[in-house]
Amino acid sequence: MNETAVVIETIIKAVIVLSVTAGMGAFATWIERKVLAFMQRRLGPMHVGPYGVLQLAADGIKLFTKEDIIPQNAVKPIFILAPIIAATTAFTAMAAVPYFPEFTLFGYKITPIVSDINVAVLYVMGVASVGVYGPLLAGMSSSNKWSLLGAARAVVQMLSFEVVSGLSILAPIMMIGSLSLIDINDYQSSGVTSWLIWKQPLAFLLFAMAGFMETNRSPFDTIEFEAEVVSGYATEYSGMRWGLFFVGEYANMITVSVLVSIIFMGGYNPIWFIPGALAMLLKVSFWIFLFLWVRAAWPHIRPDQLMWVCWKVLMPLAVINIVITGFALV
Amino acid sequence: MYEIIAFYIFSALSIGMFAIVVLSKNALYAMSALAGGMIFISGFFFILGAEFLGVVQITVYSGAIMALYAFGMMFFDTTRDVKENIKNKKIAYTLSILSAILVMVILCAPFFSSAIQANYPTIQNAGNIQMIGLVLFTKYLVPFELASIMLLVAMIAGIVLASKKMDIKVETSNESQVVKEVK
Repeated sequence: MNETAVVIETIIKAVIVLSVTAGMGAFATWIERKVLAFMQRRLGPMHVGPYGVLQLAADGIKLFTKEDIIPQNAVKPIFILAPIIAATTAFTAMAAVPYFPEFTLFGYKITPIVSDINVAVLYVMGVASVGVYGPLLAGMSSSNKWSLLGAARAVVQMLSFEVVSGLSILAPIMMIGSLSLIDINDYQSSGVTSWLIWKQPLAFLLFAMAGFMETNRSPFDTIEFEAEVVSGYATEYSGMRWGLFFVGEYANMITVSVLVSIIFMGGYNPIWFIPGALAMLLKVSFWIFLFLWVRAAWPHIRPDQLMWVCWKVLMPLAVINIVITGFALV
Repeated sequence: MYEIIAFYIFSALSIGMFAIVVLSKNALYAMSALAGGMIFISGFFFILGAEFLGVVQITVYSGAIMALYAFGMMFFDTTRDVKENIKNKKIAYTLSILSAILVMVILCAPFFSSAIQANYPTIQNAGNIQMIGLVLFTKYLVPFELASIMLLVAMIAGIVLASKKMDIKVETSNESQVVKEVK
């Protein structure tokens, strides 16, 4: 029964990935409040637990015990489905992401990846972009004008960033000749100088910007920007349904951080004396911090500016980058 | 065994989804079910080991249906049922059942005559993408290039249609002035 063993192993891995990333996502909310507070010369949450660490638990209790409101005119099944889509797609995308190097536990070789499919990059990006259906369906089913505006912005944003992220990732893939994240990681195995960020700086910048758009982080969080559309798609949501959207958002942040670390920053290859797994953790933490830093430092941009920058600046740059890479490879 | 279980789960789900697409009166249900059905179909590609096609199915259709949602947003109040105006139900049902049977016969005919065979058998040690690339750029090169020319024509036509007065910057100039100039 070799097949059964594989299925059981996959289920165990999936449960571990799900629980660890959900926990990390919850912890990231606390980190976010602290980092933003320090950058604005405040203390942030301090009262619950030592240094406010237990604020997480307090937030969780609040979200779970809040009254669950479904508006009268909303399309009920879709309204309920939308936050679930947002959260599940974020976790489904992680199935093809390798987090750490292979290791041996009790004489059994473990590869920390749920499923090693050979088109992992496309898979992760495709499934993560399906996650935009969460905000879209939420906005369209709420029968609220602000929500509908948020949904319209979600469509605009998705159609804009998908082009940039797809085209920018094409140039590194042309150099490596494989869509598997493990192959991409192995390509950069000879030290910091072999990182793709040095060979493809433009693709790196474009992909990082597209990542910010994909995760709805500022400066590109047009779909839930308070000053313009109240709370966008999430206006009518409360309690844990609202919380699920943000579980999805933080899970997406982790996925994008892992993707950028693997594709451009050497992945889980050891650096000098730092072992691979630790290097990976450091890179991902740095990227999460960068998400928060940018949020504290940059103003929002309008949806029309977002479309303008995507289609008129970033997309031509990505195409030029592909052409140059093609000539260099020939 | 697991493949069979997965196959039946995915077939039941996709048939159910497409049934909702056809039978529902609410545009929002229909579009969401369409998106779901397209994603469940990609499951079949994954079961068959054609991961590339599965991922392409997800990416292409999720983007395409996203555009459909945008149209839905503009044309309907998607939270209400659409009033359907079907004059003659009998003709509609008969025609749809007949066409369904016709499609099934066309697709199943090769199985019965056992004339179906793989002209391009899978290559050992070659990935999904390499195999698709080989077939696409040898046997199907002309259709591939024709399709790209068609897309180029459509793209240029779209730009020409939409590009009237695109050089006017809306954010800096006076709004009424822009409206006047566009007229």
